[in-house]
Amino acid sequence: MPESIRVLLFARYAELLGADRIDLALAEAVTVGDVLDRVRMLPGGSALPGAMLCAVNLRQATHSDLVSPGDEVALLPPLAGG
Amino acid sequence: MHLTDQPIDAASLAGRIQTARRGGVVTFVGHVRDHHGGRAVQRLEYSAYAPMAETACAEIVREAGERWPVSVELRHRTGELGVGEVAVAVAVAGDHREEAFEACRWVIDEVKRRVPIWKREYYEDGTVAWVDPTAPGGAVPAQYPAEGPRA
Repeated sequence: MPESIRVLLFARYAELLGADRIDLALAEAVTVGDVLDRVRMLPGGSALPGAMLCAVNLRQATHSDLVSPGDEVALLPPLAGG
Repeated sequence: MHLTDQPIDAASLAGRIQTARRGGVVTFVGHVRDHHGGRAVQRLEYSAYAPMAETACAEIVREAGERWPVSVELRHRTGELGVGEVAVAVAVAGDHREEAFEACRWVIDEVKRRVPIWKREYYEDGTVAWVDPTAPGGAVPAQYPAEGPRA
């Protein structure tokens, strides 16, 4: 059984945290918002904006969605494709 | 695959979907501009959350085919691009022009709205920024790459 969730950071957010992936130890399901709170406590994390686009396992998610150990949470800066 | 780190040939993309039945072909081709927010752009880099971006592109193409009787091809570049290079191309073929124009416009708008791709611009004055449509001026200052500014 996995006991962590993987957090992926992209573009400017990866620059702010100095990392593009972080594994958070986690024994039980929490919300996306809880994950964001944990990431904000890391060095550089306080510079992240209050509202962020997030995805869980490749799907856009809201801050109240649940994540479980083994899930992949991605923090997505404002999209700039096209 | 919809993301590619190789140059995009929009003409051949359109050729893939044009058939005897599909007589109306519309293509949108987005090229790298030499300016943004009043600053001279030298080059840029596209990065993506690749698996999610591929999924989102596939969904957009499938949904376009459900909304209109059309065939769709979509490609988006990743990596480093110079001014004038093709960043994104959409080709839509329909039996008639109306559905081809409408679907092509819809696809490029949805790409901008849904696909997790980011753009880092390098300016002629040596500064670097992340393009951010939600920020004043449309960009947020970026750090230089760890290896320092490249020529």
